Amino acid sequence: MTSAPDTKEENSARKRWLAILAKTPHARLLALTEGLSAPHEVLRAPEIGAVMVRGRAGGTGAAFNLGEMTVTRCSVRLAEGPVGHGYVQGRSKEAALRAALVDGMMQTAVSSQLEAEVLKPLAAEAAARVRDRAEKAAATKVDFFTLVRGEA
Amino acid sequence: MYVAVKGGERAIEAAHAWLAEERRGDVEVQELSVAQIREQMSLAVARVMAEGSLYDPDLAALAIKQARGDLIEAIFLMRAYRTTLPRFGASRPVETGDMACDRRISATFKDLPGGQVLGPTFDYTHRLLDFKLAAEGGAEPAPRAEPAPEAVPHVMGFLNQEGLIETEASSDAAPPDLTREPLELPADRPLRLQALARGDEGFLLGLAYSTQRGYGRNHAFVGELRLGTCAVEMDIPELGFAIEIGEVELTECETVNQFTGSKTEPPQFTRGYGLVFGRAERKAISMALVDRALRAEELGEDLSGAPAQDTEFVLAHADNIQATGFLEHIKLPHYVDFQAELELVRKLRAGVTREAAE
Repeated sequence: MTSAPDTKEENSARKRWLAILAKTPHARLLALTEGLSAPHEVLRAPEIGAVMVRGRAGGTGAAFNLGEMTVTRCSVRLAEGPVGHGYVQGRSKEAALRAALVDGMMQTAVSSQLEAEVLKPLAAEAAARVRDRAEKAAATKVDFFTLVRGEA
Repeated sequence: MYVAVKGGERAIEAAHAWLAEERRGDVEVQELSVAQIREQMSLAVARVMAEGSLYDPDLAALAIKQARGDLIEAIFLMRAYRTTLPRFGASRPVETGDMACDRRISATFKDLPGGQVLGPTFDYTHRLLDFKLAAEGGAEPAPRAEPAPEAVPHVMGFLNQEGLIETEASSDAAPPDLTREPLELPADRPLRLQALARGDEGFLLGLAYSTQRGYGRNHAFVGELRLGTCAVEMDIPELGFAIEIGEVELTECETVNQFTGSKTEPPQFTRGYGLVFGRAERKAISMALVDRALRAEELGEDLSGAPAQDTEFVLAHADNIQATGFLEHIKLPHYVDFQAELELVRKLRAGVTREAAE
């Protein structure tokens, strides 16, 4: 049982679910994972902090510090071995703990159940939010037409 | 000279209690919730996050409520809170080319991949007060259309292909951080961009406008203005790879500016850049114009002594929290200083009167 998957594929699967957990509204994450638990010890108690967000000059040039964002993180070790890390945007110790538990449990036998019951719906909701804005943006796209000028 | 003075505690307590009551206003009127401010005063929230230099819409909304809508006071509260947070690290630079755009326009190219997308803009409104908003009633749902699958690339990329515009040298070098080390001059571009990104919108607007009116003119076109959501990715040491830790709304402005060339560079367009947390296009355009003006020296342009080209002047005065801190301190007790001044003026006057008498 390893806590840090060492192949690229495993990393990309884990990146995907950690990203979903990080960006889900806290209340939604807590509601959907209510009652979720596994014997564990807390390695790093939930902690609220800041991450400096960087941009690039001209969008592609030298990195610069744009400003910070709030982030809450937490780490747990499940009794059966895996270590789970939770990073969530904003300030919620409960959400960070829950994200860490999900990350840990995704490395165990219950992963397909968690995928179906938690991650899949959260990913669908996130996609729907993106789609919602994209559709409204598309309706404001300008269709230029040229008026006929000069002699016919 | 400062001398500790006792007294005034009771008056201060009463003043703060009254402040709380005034903040609440008429109790017959329903109280504002933080969520209402976050959702319905979202551009104020954006400004407080940008200049407070901390992206957290709930905190910014709370700060606005506490500050009774005084945005500089709210920014002050955000800055103070920010200092209490441990720093987990720095993100990878956000990829604004991958932004999920709500709005994306170019004033230089009519037809471009991804198109001109107006988004929820105040532009083209008649600026007439809408009394319907004074009455109850929700908004009509916005129209929808099928999103095009095409990518929305940066406009600057097209000009770059022809070599008509300067290339930004990409670098991942850790940039200087003025929240960690005091601002020192000369300031390189990353440090200037950080200072501008958290600088006062009004100050930058005034400076940017001054360049348009001729004080350090550089003929800016808005090559592209985009507004939308970007993922924030950070390397996590305990994982050994990078993950998305959240997403932020950003406004980005890229200007295309005239440049006649120099001894080492052929004539080509140059660039100014603005990037701001939240929806803040006035600020982003202002930032891009001021960024470009501050590049006058490195581009070998004639320095005309314009304020917007003076790095020290701009960076030393752009921060509204520094400015208001120093400005407002003069209203606090200076009794002893003033007593000394009073003594001095009395002595001088006595001297003058004596001389006149002699």
